[in-house]
Amino acid sequence: MELLDNGTVLSLITFLPLVGALVVGVIPRAREEAYKWAALLTALVVGVLSVVMAVQFDYGSSAKFQLGTDLPWIESIGSNFHIGVDGISLPMVVLSAIITILAIIYSWDHWEEPRNPKAFLILILLLETGMNGTFVALDLILFFIFFELVLLPMYFMIGIWGDKTPRTIAMFNLTTETRLYASIKFFLFTLFGSAFMLLSFLGLYFNSGDAGSRTFDIPKLIEMAPQLSALPIAGWLFAGMFLGFAVKVPMWPFHTWLPDAHTAAPTVGSVLLAAILLKLGSYGFIRIALPILPEQAMQWAPTIAILAVIGIIYGSLACLAQTDMKRLIAFSSVGHMGFVMLGISTLTEAGINAAIIGMVAHGIITGMLFFVAGSMHHRYHTRDMARLGGNATLMPKMGFILGFIAMASLGLPGLAGFWGEFMALLGAFKPAPGLPVGLFQTAMVIGAIGTVLTAGYLLWMLQKVNLGEPKEEWAGHEFHDVDRYEMAAWVPLLIATVAIGVYPKIVLGSTNGAVKELVSTLLENLA
Amino acid sequence: MGPTLDYLALAPELALVATVMAVLTADIVLPHAQKYWTAVLSVLGLTVTALPIAFLLLSDEGSRSMLDGSYVVDDFALILKGLFVIAGYIVVLMSVSYIESDRYYQGEYYFLLLASILGSVVMASARDLILLFVGLELVSGPLFLLAGWRKGDVKSNEASVKFYLLGVLSAAILLYGMSFLYGLTGSVDFDGIREASVGMSETPAFIMAVLFIMVGFAFKISAVPFHFWAPDTYEGAPTPVTAYMSVSSKAAGFVGMLIVTYVAFPGASNIWGPALWIMAALTMTLGNLTALRQTNIVRLLAYSSIAQAGFMLVPFAVAGVSSDPNAISAAFSATVTYIAIYTFMNLGAFAFVIAGARYTRSGDIDRWAGLGTYQPGVALFGLIFFLSLAGIPPLAGWYAKLVMFSAAIGGGSIWTAVLAAIAALNAVVAFYYYARVVKAMWFDPVPEDFVPGKPQQSRSLQLAMVIAVVFVIVAGFYPPISAYFGDTVASIITGG
Repeated sequence: MELLDNGTVLSLITFLPLVGALVVGVIPRAREEAYKWAALLTALVVGVLSVVMAVQFDYGSSAKFQLGTDLPWIESIGSNFHIGVDGISLPMVVLSAIITILAIIYSWDHWEEPRNPKAFLILILLLETGMNGTFVALDLILFFIFFELVLLPMYFMIGIWGDKTPRTIAMFNLTTETRLYASIKFFLFTLFGSAFMLLSFLGLYFNSGDAGSRTFDIPKLIEMAPQLSALPIAGWLFAGMFLGFAVKVPMWPFHTWLPDAHTAAPTVGSVLLAAILLKLGSYGFIRIALPILPEQAMQWAPTIAILAVIGIIYGSLACLAQTDMKRLIAFSSVGHMGFVMLGISTLTEAGINAAIIGMVAHGIITGMLFFVAGSMHHRYHTRDMARLGGNATLMPKMGFILGFIAMASLGLPGLAGFWGEFMALLGAFKPAPGLPVGLFQTAMVIGAIGTVLTAGYLLWMLQKVNLGEPKEEWAGHEFHDVDRYEMAAWVPLLIATVAIGVYPKIVLGSTNGAVKELVSTLLENLA
Repeated sequence: MGPTLDYLALAPELALVATVMAVLTADIVLPHAQKYWTAVLSVLGLTVTALPIAFLLLSDEGSRSMLDGSYVVDDFALILKGLFVIAGYIVVLMSVSYIESDRYYQGEYYFLLLASILGSVVMASARDLILLFVGLELVSGPLFLLAGWRKGDVKSNEASVKFYLLGVLSAAILLYGMSFLYGLTGSVDFDGIREASVGMSETPAFIMAVLFIMVGFAFKISAVPFHFWAPDTYEGAPTPVTAYMSVSSKAAGFVGMLIVTYVAFPGASNIWGPALWIMAALTMTLGNLTALRQTNIVRLLAYSSIAQAGFMLVPFAVAGVSSDPNAISAAFSATVTYIAIYTFMNLGAFAFVIAGARYTRSGDIDRWAGLGTYQPGVALFGLIFFLSLAGIPPLAGWYAKLVMFSAAIGGGSIWTAVLAAIAALNAVVAFYYYARVVKAMWFDPVPEDFVPGKPQQSRSLQLAMVIAVVFVIVAGFYPPISAYFGDTVASIITGG
C-alpha cells in the first residue's frame, strides 16, 4: 500500500499522540466529555495503526528495520530522522500503544485529586509520543530526545496527582510531601544517567568517521562495531551508556528512585512507569549498547549479571519487609527487571529473547498489579496490608483478579511471567562463549532462589490482603466491586497474560529472528 | 581626503544612530502624555535597522571591509548584529508597560537602551582593539544609568554603583592588557596582532597581556571569580534592564572574547585555552551551586545566567588542546549557537518574570506558588522558558547543550572530556533549581494569605513572550534553525 511506505505509519504512531495532546489542549475545560473522547480516539487510532504495523511487518526478515524512513534532520551534525521497527522493537510499540489506551479507559472516571482530567490526558498522550518514539528511533540523537521526552509528563503526573502524605527526608532533615520528593528524585536520577549517556553517544559519533561523514545512525554504527569497540575509550563509552540505561531499568544500586516514584505516582502513572518507562532502559541495552560495543558488552556482562542477581534477591527481600501494598509491587519490579537484565547479560539467544518477553510480560502483569492496587486504594483509602484482609470476601471479582495476576507475577507456568524467568535462567546456564560459565551458573542458582522468594512475597501479600476475615473496621462498609471501566481496562491485560503464557510465540515469533541475528553479529564482531 | 565608507555596510549603524537621535528629539518635543511615542519610534527604528542586516546576510557577497580592515561586515558580524537587534526589540517590548506604569523618564530610557544596542552592533564589526573597546564601553555606559533607573529604590542605587565601579575596573584592566599588546606587537588591528604575535606565547609580557584581556572580558560576561557584581545588580535594576544585561551585554562580552581569542591571538590558545577551561568549570559549578540556595526569582535567574555563561565558555577550552581546525571551528560555532538560543530563552524567562510578578507582587519564589492554578497561561510560558534553560528536549535549550557537549567531546582530549563531564553534572544540578520554580507554580498550593488581583496585562509584553516562545519551540523541534547561526559564523575561522 502506498500510504504505508516511507514510514507514514510509524511517524503517525509517534506523533499522532502529540497532535492529540494539542487537540485536547484547545478544547475548553468545561467540555469534559469532548476532550476525553478526543484523547481516547487518538489512542485508539494509534492502537489500530500499531496493529496495521504488526500486520504489515515481514516476520520472515524480522532482523531488518522495516516500515521506516530516513530523512535529513539536523544536517550540520549528521543526525537524521531515521525510524523503523524490527522484531525487537515491534512488540514494545504494540505494548505501549495498548497500555496507553487502557490507561485512558481506566482514567475515565478515576481521577485522582486535584482532578483536572484535561491536563492529565495531555500528559498521557505526551508520554505516549515519548515512549513510541524511543522504540522506533534509529538515530542516537532522536533516541535521546524521545528518551528524555518521557521524563516531563511523568514528573508532572507524580508532582501534581501524586501521594500527598508528608514524608521526612533524613539526609536533608526536611519534611515535604511524598509526591514532591518522589517527582524530583525521579527526574534527577534519570537526568544524571542520560547526561552521561549523551556524552557516550557523542563519543561514538566522533569516532564514526572523519568530519563530514560522522553519523548518529544506529544501524551504521552497528556495522562499525569492530572498530568502535577497539577504541581505547570504548570502555568509557560503554560506561556512560550503562549509567543512562541502568538508572532507567533500574538496576541495583541505581534503583532507589523507583520505589518512591512508583509509590507516589497516581495509579495510571505507576502503570505507565512500570509497563513502559522501565523498558526504555533495557531496550537501550539491547538496541544500542550491546550491538555497537560488543567487546565491552562481553567485559561488562559478568558485572551486569552480578548486579542483576543482587537486584533479584534484594528486590525480593525488600518486598518481604513492606507494609504498603503498592510499595511492595514497586520493589517487585526491581526483582523482575533483574531477571530481564540477567537475560541480557548472558548475550545468548535464549537470554535476550527472555529479556524481551520478560519486558512485555512485566509490562502487562505489573501494570495490572498497579491497576488493582490503585483500585483497592480507591476503595479502602489505605494501602497498609495490616489493615487489609479478606478482600476476596469483600470484593470477589477484585480478589480473583488480584490472585490471578499475582500468580502470573510469581512466574506460574502457563502464564506470561513464566517465560521471561525460565528462559533467563536457561540462558545463564549456558552463557555466550567466552563468558565465565561458573559465574553465570552461580547467578542462575541464585536467580532460581530468587524465583522462590518471589513466590514467597507474592503469596504472603495474597494471604494478608485477599484471604482471611475482613478486619473489623470494614464491617458495615459497602464496597463496589470492579466497575465497568476497570473491567474494560483489565480484561485485555488478563487475556494477554494467558495468551502469552500458553503461546509465547506471540512475542517470540517476532523477536526470535532479530535476536538470532543480533547475537550472531555480536559474536562475529568480537572476533 | 577622508576614508572610503561603504554606506550599505554601515546602514544598520546609521539607522540606529538616526533612531537614537529621533527618540531624543521626540522626547524633547512631545508633551508628557504622549511620551509613549518614543517606544513606538524605538520599535520602528529597530525594525528599519534589521532590514539592511537581513539584506546583507542574504545577498551573500562575502565580507565588506573598511577603515583598513578595522571595521568588517562579514557573516559573523551580521549574525550577531541581527541577534543584538532582535534582543533589543524584545527588550523594548518588555519595557513599554514597565517603564510607563512607573512614570519613569521614558524618552531617556529608550535613548540609552538604543545607544547600548548601537554599541553592541558596532562591536560585532570591530576588528581592532580601539574600536572594540569603544564599542564595549558604549554597551556598558548607558547601562550604568539604566541600572539605577528606579531612583527611589536603594537596591537600584546599589545596583548602579556596583555595576559602575566594577565596569570601570574591568575597563581599566582590559585597557591595560591592550596597551601591553600594542607595545609588544606594534599593532592595534587583529590581523596585525595575529601575525606579530607568532612565537610570542612564551613571552611573559605577552602572557600577561592575554590574561589581562581575558580578565577584562570575564567581568563583562560575569564569569567566576569576576561575577560578584552580577546578582546584586540584576536584582536591583529594573527587570527589563536586567534582562538586557543578562543577554545583550553578556553576549557583547562574549563577542569581544570570541574575536580576540580566535581571531587576534589564536596562536596563544595554549594560554587562554587552559585559563578558560578553569574559568568554565568554576563558573558553571559555583553559579549552579549558589543558584540552588536562592529564594528570589530574579536572583535565581542571575545565578542561572552566570552558570549559563560557564556552559558557553566550555567550547573555548577545545582550542587549548586541539589543533584540528574542524574541532576549533565547531567550538567557535558552539559558543555562538549557545548564545543565540540563550538570548531567546533567557529574555523569555525575564519577560515571564515581569508578567508573573504582576500577579504575585513579589520576587519570593514561595509567593509564586500556585500560579499555574490561577494563571495557567502565564505559568505555561514560565514552564517552557525554565525547562528550556534547563536543556530539556524538545525545547531549544537542548540543542544549545548538545552543541556545547559535542564541541567538548570533539576536542578529542581527556581534558575536554573531563570538562564535558563536569558540564553534564552541572546540567543535572541546574535542573533542580529550575524545577523549583516549576514546582512552586504547578505543584504547590496558592499561599493562604494570597489575594489574587486583576492586573492589566500589557500587549507588548505578551508579544515579547510569544516571540521568544515561538523560537524556543520551533528551534527545539527543528534545530537547523539554530545550527544556521553556528554554521554561518564559522566562516570567520575557516576563512570560507
